[in-house]
Amino acid sequence: MSQRVLEVTDLKKHFPIRGGLFGSTIGYVYAVDGVSFHIDKGETLSLVGESGCGKSTVGKAVLRLFPLTSGQVVLNGQRIDDMSAGALRPLRRQIQVVFQDPFSSLNPRMKVRDILAEPIRNFGLARSEAEVDEKVGSLMDKVRLPRDAVNRWPHEFSGGQRQRICIARALAAEPDVIVCDEAVSALDVSVKAQIVNLLQDLQSELGLAMLFISHDLAIVEHMTHRVAVMYLGQIVEVAERRALFGAPRHPYTEALLSAVPIPEPGAARERIVLQGDVPSPIKPPPGCRFHTRCPYSMERCRKEAPRLRDDGTGHLAACHLHDLPAAENPLLNKAPPTAFRAA
Amino acid sequence: MDNRPVLLEVENLQTHFRTMDGVNRAVDGVSFHVRSGETLAIVGESGCGKSVTAMSILRLIPEPPGKIAGSIRFQGRDLLGLSDKEMRDIRGNEISMIFQEPMTSLNPVLTNGQQIGETLRLHQGLSKSQAEERAVEMLRLVGIPEPGRRVREYPHQLSGGMRQRVMIAIALACNPKLLIADEPTTALDVTIQAQILDLMRDLKTRVGAAIVIITHDLGVVAEVAERVVVMYAGRKVEEAPVADLFRTPRHPYTQGLLGSVPKLGSSLTGQTSRLSEIPGLVPSLKQKIPGCVFASRCPKASDLCRAVPPGLALKAPGHFAACHYAEAEGSVAA
Repeated sequence: MSQRVLEVTDLKKHFPIRGGLFGSTIGYVYAVDGVSFHIDKGETLSLVGESGCGKSTVGKAVLRLFPLTSGQVVLNGQRIDDMSAGALRPLRRQIQVVFQDPFSSLNPRMKVRDILAEPIRNFGLARSEAEVDEKVGSLMDKVRLPRDAVNRWPHEFSGGQRQRICIARALAAEPDVIVCDEAVSALDVSVKAQIVNLLQDLQSELGLAMLFISHDLAIVEHMTHRVAVMYLGQIVEVAERRALFGAPRHPYTEALLSAVPIPEPGAARERIVLQGDVPSPIKPPPGCRFHTRCPYSMERCRKEAPRLRDDGTGHLAACHLHDLPAAENPLLNKAPPTAFRAA
Repeated sequence: MDNRPVLLEVENLQTHFRTMDGVNRAVDGVSFHVRSGETLAIVGESGCGKSVTAMSILRLIPEPPGKIAGSIRFQGRDLLGLSDKEMRDIRGNEISMIFQEPMTSLNPVLTNGQQIGETLRLHQGLSKSQAEERAVEMLRLVGIPEPGRRVREYPHQLSGGMRQRVMIAIALACNPKLLIADEPTTALDVTIQAQILDLMRDLKTRVGAAIVIITHDLGVVAEVAERVVVMYAGRKVEEAPVADLFRTPRHPYTQGLLGSVPKLGSSLTGQTSRLSEIPGLVPSLKQKIPGCVFASRCPKASDLCRAVPPGLALKAPGHFAACHYAEAEGSVAA
């Protein structure tokens, strides 16, 4: 039994909408509406979905960057969702974050050395200044930046190098979980590959658990163990990488995979182009939230919300189609959307 | 061989910017052509000069601090020699452009219909009501539901994908011969991106405009382009028909770029090995680089590369690469 590092149960985050003359609450944005997942030591779970699906809100909620509406977050066996800010403070060492934009997430008035030394001092991880220096130096080695760069300012570095500094800062606290919120999305193709490789190396070296939030499915497939697909604040499918990319069990996942352009000219495959846009999370549609865009939607989908169910192999999907006899289920008996023939 | 007439011919384009600390050679001697009805993709990473190339074609570069040299011939006329007024007659009429950010490229205080109608009234002299009628038609063409209502709405009432459709409607309103699309789907979600790419492909066959698509996404290139120009540090390093480029990239930069993107379906075929990295960084464009611009990051670089800039050489039919060591077809197998 591997060690469970993070467990999230029925997480909800509703943001109030203020309006009217006296700023009363006139509605809610149902950003995250009942999300459950877990991550084990040394494992990467990816959270994928389109903008506005709530994936970043999940990341921030797990980090307790704002109070939750409801739900449980258990970090290394301790419930942190209802903890006071003071009690939580020492536990923050265990969960760290790397954000998308390496330009705005480093303080321009701090030298790299101070940026990296801050978490070390904050959590009391070094007994002397000499030890702080030694730790900062070894962090620079870990992210493959030259040690003498610690005396430079953030603006002297390129985007990829700054992202390395952000990763080093996250590692400085010696965490068990790292949340990567679109950590490679803003980077150029060749630099992206460098950072993806670095994250993979660090994970296997340090046994980190990773929550990798991204909209880039090819990168996700490359570096993750399990994938959770979100749509309008809910998880619609969770599975091992191969199962999800090989035989998706939710129509949204299927459409998402088939929409990704493949760098292979003339590749022939069946593409499902979804009609319309994602509905507003202020008034999510009743029944299955995906029914307004789903190519297979039935009468039942408009009324009854499907539950996330296991198919017996640990592959979870929330779709009524799986109640149909296997022969009538359009999701089965079909070539995977990621399989394509070269021309 | 392709015998469609050449629509646009760019020769030795140099767009330089004067800055406080020297001249920035954003585009440094780029040549390419576009045939009518063809889709050409210009690929490269940020700062390689691909957007500046596009802006230079339409002369949207402020001069000074910018300076455009070389020649840009559109249907035989050199655009760089035209007066501002003549240039205005071409912009939005014969050559039009779609920008990356549909959020910031539309005017928030004009209705969608007014923005589409503006080009029509200016270039084709339509009346207000004729322009609105045509705007409704254009909105229908780009697949916006209820065009009669949407034409009177403002951009903020539309989603990102819809706004990009309005941008495309504006660009196509006057039936341009050339459409320049600068990262048209980068700001959009994948399912919306798929809709817009489908739309562009469909419109191309119906309207028959040539398209220059500028992107950093190799997946998008593979899906829409016929021919590809790869740019690096302000220069063209490779040009080839799309299938050749992906099958046998000849420039080390292109090879590195293709190796650094994971492919969807990699977990099924077991190809989840390490991504290949291109070490190092793009060089600063403020210094004149004596040799090959890619030499500082190239695994094959020799003293020759650092001293002598390689010229573009024909390596296979229609396939050019600027590398001293790129293998030509028929030599040792790549």
